[in-house]
Amino acid sequence: MATNGNHKPGAGGTATTGQPFLRIQQVVKQFGDAVAVDGVTLDIAKGEIFALLGSSGCGKSTLLRMLAGFETPTSGQILLQGQDLVRLPPNERPVNMMFQSYALFPHMTVWDNVAFGLRRDGLPKDEIAAQVDKMLALVQLTPYAKRKPHQLSGGQQQRVALARSLAKKPQLLLLDEPLGALDKKLRERTQLELVDIIHQVGVTCVMVTHDQEEAMTMASRIGVMSHGQILQVGRPGDIYETPNCKFVADFIGSVNLFKGRLTVDEPDHVVIDSPECRHYVSHGITGTLGMDAYVAVRPEKIGIQADAPTAADYDNAAELGFNCARGTIRGLAYLGSSTTYHVALASGMVVKITKANDARHDEVRLAQGDTVHVWWWGSDVVVLTQ
Amino acid sequence: MSATPVSRRPAGHWSDRVVARLGRKFVIGVPMVFLLAVFALPFLVVFKISVSETDGVRFVDLLTWTEGVLQLKVRFSNYLYILFEDDLYLQAYLSSIKYAALTTAICLFIGYPFAYFMARSRPEIRPGLLMLVMLPFWTSFLLRVYAWKMLLADNGVFNNIAIALGLLDEPLKMMNTPFSLTLGMVYTYLPFMVLPLYANLVKMDIRLLEAARDLGATPWQAFWRITVPLSRGGIFAGALLVFIPCVGEFVIPELLGGPQTLMIGRVLWDEFFANNDWPMAASVAVVMVLLIIVPLALFNRYQAEQASGGKA
Repeated sequence: MATNGNHKPGAGGTATTGQPFLRIQQVVKQFGDAVAVDGVTLDIAKGEIFALLGSSGCGKSTLLRMLAGFETPTSGQILLQGQDLVRLPPNERPVNMMFQSYALFPHMTVWDNVAFGLRRDGLPKDEIAAQVDKMLALVQLTPYAKRKPHQLSGGQQQRVALARSLAKKPQLLLLDEPLGALDKKLRERTQLELVDIIHQVGVTCVMVTHDQEEAMTMASRIGVMSHGQILQVGRPGDIYETPNCKFVADFIGSVNLFKGRLTVDEPDHVVIDSPECRHYVSHGITGTLGMDAYVAVRPEKIGIQADAPTAADYDNAAELGFNCARGTIRGLAYLGSSTTYHVALASGMVVKITKANDARHDEVRLAQGDTVHVWWWGSDVVVLTQ
Repeated sequence: MSATPVSRRPAGHWSDRVVARLGRKFVIGVPMVFLLAVFALPFLVVFKISVSETDGVRFVDLLTWTEGVLQLKVRFSNYLYILFEDDLYLQAYLSSIKYAALTTAICLFIGYPFAYFMARSRPEIRPGLLMLVMLPFWTSFLLRVYAWKMLLADNGVFNNIAIALGLLDEPLKMMNTPFSLTLGMVYTYLPFMVLPLYANLVKMDIRLLEAARDLGATPWQAFWRITVPLSRGGIFAGALLVFIPCVGEFVIPELLGGPQTLMIGRVLWDEFFANNDWPMAASVAVVMVLLIIVPLALFNRYQAEQASGGKA
């Protein structure tokens, strides 16, 4: 278990075959008339770190609470290694949760917090002590064992919460916004630390977050949720580069969406006409001529320059005359490693472009008000039909 | 002084600081002066009376100056009498503490589930429940205690109903017993237990209970390990609010108590108004205050230690 290192088990668009470790099947949760979780089906493999990503109110926390046992599904099944979890109360599930803002017991020391779950199991005293000491060593908090939670920093509290949720060696670890309460710098460091510990222990993990960066850093697979449904499941790269709908494309990172109509439909390429430009997409799509479609282009995949691009600028000469638009720089933000340009096109649409500042001195410096050409490769776009 | 015409005076001018410091002292000082005037001073007066001698009409000054001799006369005989001569006083003290403790325990036993239920009820009905707790205050306390007299008397409402229903053959003696006394005190002081407990329980983080359940605690274990320890502040506050006035209670024992339930409030009253022995009455009062203050101070110190404990 501990030999996994940084290998991410279960990586891939789908979970490993055979019986999945955790199976969530057609789970629905209604609160009165409101449907919080709307028919979610999900398989999670052993050893995976799976992130449920979505904005607040999308149902991700409700789903997590159903895994923990604090909510009962209106319908549907939750199977952990084939065992139905739904009827078990939270204290009888082999599942432990790290709560948002930790929910550490304020009247107990760090040591007692970690020991709480073990004591409920009625283990012998020396066994409890050994396990608590091991957990505290794992999160490097041994010197703080006698402190109360309020005497610790946010990062230390987070580690106590982790140690407490791992102490009972759960089969499934749930993380609710695990790093939401930490400031940005600390969060970045802690993300990797946390993944490292989870892999060391080898526990399967489902986390909930609204922070896409957190999800992408920590999770081997991500499920994007909106309005109680899972829209797309995949590895971080899949979700970013091949989103399957407008919502996912827009939610993960930023994206420029051109609304157009399919005018040429060949097996190896299609053309979509939008008011801004004609899009040459160098792969086929399933669709019918004349249908509405969105062309999604990520800001970092767009080039920006004063002169019109030539055939040499494209990876396919056939794209010349396509995938290009003229506009005026409306605003620009220098961010150090990159610069973001907002370019207003003739149609009124504003295109966002991110350019890496890979050289200290740009030969040509673009300024606000400049007229520029923006262009991209037909292989870098994604066509979305929903 | 400053070149810019806008600022009148540089920030942090000494006069600003003086005003700020005096202002702070003033804000803290007002309640201090108030407490000194209405609590400490009268208490000192009572203490002075308790160690004074009377010449039958008025008190003899403690400090006298006669023919070049400065004399300080402090008379402790009342205290000695209370503590060693007549065990009536000690019995009354003990009985007061006994009934106050019993009342506190019963109030806690009834009040805790009550407050817990209120705190866990839906937020929109909580103000209504709070109103119900405070509703009795709208009627005079004296009237309500008298009402119990009517209810508990030998030919009172309860006995009449029980006899009419054939449950009893003859009236059950309830009035002027330890039962009626305790009932009256519990009835009167229950809100003082419920309110601090409610205030404490309502702000408890429910997620702590979820965390306990998640870690394998049954609901009952979660209650004893998490809810009760975290509501300790409310329990102590409620217990003090019930216990302290109960020790010195006079009206309820007078109206509902009987010969078996001599409490110190009654003794105090007798010394003042029946025996007219003011120094003795004052001594009884001082001992009563000490009796309450000493455990209170110990508790305070314990709490202060808890609050700062483990910081090192």
